[in-house]
Amino acid sequence: MTALAARLRGVRAPGADNPVVGKVLTAAAILFAILLPFAFDSGSGFIEDCAVALFYVVMALGLNIVVGFAGLLDLGYVAFFAFGAYTMGWFGSGWFNSANIHIGVTEQLSKLPGIHLNWLLILPLAALIAAFMGAVLGFPTLRLRGDYIAIVTLAFGEIVHTTAVNSDEGVFGIGSFNLTNGRAGITPVDKIDLPLVDRFTSLELRPWYWTALGLALFVLFVNVRLRDSRLGRAWVAIREDEVAAVSMGVPTVRVKLLAYALGAALGGMAGTFYSSFVNTVNADQFEFSFSIFVLAMIILGGLGSIPGVIVGAIALTFINNRLIPDVLNDLPSKVGLDFDLTELGFGIFGFLLVIMMVLRPQGLIAERRHKAEFAEGPEAGDALVETRA
Amino acid sequence: MESASIPARPSRPRGEVVREFISRFGLLAILLVMPVAYGIQDLQNEGDLGRLATNIKDGLSNGAIWALIAVGYTLVYGIIELINFAHGDLFMLGSFVAFSMMGTIGLTTATGGLGLVFGLVLILLIAMVACGALNTMIERVAYRPLRSAPKLAPLITAVGFSFILRNVGLLWLGGSHHGVPDLIESQHTLFTIIGVPFTNGDILALAVTAPLVVVLVNFINFSRIGRAMRATAQDPEAARLMGISVDTTISFTFLLGGLMAGAAGLISALYQTDIWFEAGFTAGLIAFTAAVMGGIGNLKGAVIGGLIIGIIQQISDNRIGTEWTPAIVFAYLVLIMVFRPQGILGEQTREAG
Repeated sequence: MTALAARLRGVRAPGADNPVVGKVLTAAAILFAILLPFAFDSGSGFIEDCAVALFYVVMALGLNIVVGFAGLLDLGYVAFFAFGAYTMGWFGSGWFNSANIHIGVTEQLSKLPGIHLNWLLILPLAALIAAFMGAVLGFPTLRLRGDYIAIVTLAFGEIVHTTAVNSDEGVFGIGSFNLTNGRAGITPVDKIDLPLVDRFTSLELRPWYWTALGLALFVLFVNVRLRDSRLGRAWVAIREDEVAAVSMGVPTVRVKLLAYALGAALGGMAGTFYSSFVNTVNADQFEFSFSIFVLAMIILGGLGSIPGVIVGAIALTFINNRLIPDVLNDLPSKVGLDFDLTELGFGIFGFLLVIMMVLRPQGLIAERRHKAEFAEGPEAGDALVETRA
Repeated sequence: MESASIPARPSRPRGEVVREFISRFGLLAILLVMPVAYGIQDLQNEGDLGRLATNIKDGLSNGAIWALIAVGYTLVYGIIELINFAHGDLFMLGSFVAFSMMGTIGLTTATGGLGLVFGLVLILLIAMVACGALNTMIERVAYRPLRSAPKLAPLITAVGFSFILRNVGLLWLGGSHHGVPDLIESQHTLFTIIGVPFTNGDILALAVTAPLVVVLVNFINFSRIGRAMRATAQDPEAARLMGISVDTTISFTFLLGGLMAGAAGLISALYQTDIWFEAGFTAGLIAFTAAVMGGIGNLKGAVIGGLIIGIIQQISDNRIGTEWTPAIVFAYLVLIMVFRPQGILGEQTREAG
């Protein structure tokens, strides 16, 4: 067991040390991702899965800022997805049908009642709302230690979920205004409508894919720049040792709030895309298990490691949407057991979390600092600094 | 001589005095808001406090269940500073064990008095032992290998195990609610004191919880292994040097927590007459809130916190609506974290000193 664990921890990713190899690999991967849809039918399920996978990449990279960089275990990340999704639902559908506001939408949409803003306007709006809520969530957790943060964020996510489910008759039970339509949800949601190209439809999936790819690349860029910035180093500093960081003059309050706000903003942006893509915003999308699904992605890929998180997100999306329902689903009945594997999806992810943490805690593609930490205990980080100095 | 040169007591700025006052009494004020508000409302509308008193009585019975679960959180947190996310789901499995054992033993609503008592005691023991063994196993597999890893790692495996246990429950009895035979006629009123009816269920909750908690507190305070647990909680390294087997002690702590969760599972199954595989998630969060409210690591605090949370939950169920109860309990959790993270009785952990 320990020998196996030791061996598994030792495996390294290609291009981990060589920056040139890394750059070439990145460029090739992006080119491949852009050209991929031409190989498949535009309405195919595979393109759909890829678009969903890219949505999860955005979510996972957002959560990676909070958990991976700043080391604040956020178990209520689904809340920010919900804020983004509801922003899209409220400002990009006929939900408020007594209002008549149209900005930057096609002629066809502008005849419909409700608030219809262009997706490009909703995107920053959702990011702002989610970022604000992220700071609101961050505020009570500032004084708390690591594991209390996990439970407060979890409670926050559950409060948002409960409110979303029950706010179909009065918000917080007050009044009778239907804000979220609960489990039935807000539907239909406007399709994404970009300038210069035709309005998206649910049959042609390539534009959705490229939009998701664009979003993912933007978020990837943000992530890389943040990681290499002063702020990114401050995050790593408070993650590794908060007391030492404070005494070195890192303003922990501001740095932590920024981590929450930026992570939340990315989650909100992903939310607007997803609700438009699946054409509905309903309260059942915002369950706790969603937070765990995204967390499992970054654990699988490697906490704080950007390529790892991307690989983890893509891998888990396909495991969840393809491998478990299509390939492995009838496996239990073949060996004489009476259940569907799809029911156990989250049990499998839970198992994955345990296995990864015990056997290869740094993830598939490890971030350098995390790897050192997990390889030789908490003190190894100091050795790393010494060898580099 | 030196002590004479120290000034008697520096006068403190006004803001600090106010802050300390809020920190000390703010939580109590928050806790009293709901009972007081609804008490006044009752007095205005009905002229007596009967409804509020019944709410509080029901809340205490529910709270007994939360207290038993909260004890498991607080024991584990006290000794290894880990939020055992899987604990709520362990409680859920405890109720499942109790339910299926009722079928195995053949207890029905027709079973007579003595047979019922023997049967229930047997089921109580089985549920407790099953949960205790499972909890010890989880510690061995998921937490012990990560003892020296960063704190995030065991927390994540705990979340993972929570999902595994929930899916075990799903596989076992399926995704729907199951009705538990109402063996003890839990809604049957035994006696009434000043307009508050006391039912069989209330007596059961009291009769199981009170002895267990008393035994547990005494065990930890006076037994040899209880002393070892407290020593390990204070300083595992020093405890090891004193010849205490730290790993065994930690395993034993998980065993105790599991035993309590199993007992809570049986009471809950009999009291609510309903079990469900998702029940553990909410129960776990509520019980954790209770543990934090009382002061994490503090056994008596967990019990008091459980009872208080039970009352809040019952008032919210009865007055505001069951669908809002989770949001209200979690809002309390966030408020406690903001105003008094050390809880009512103060925490007893290494970091708190």
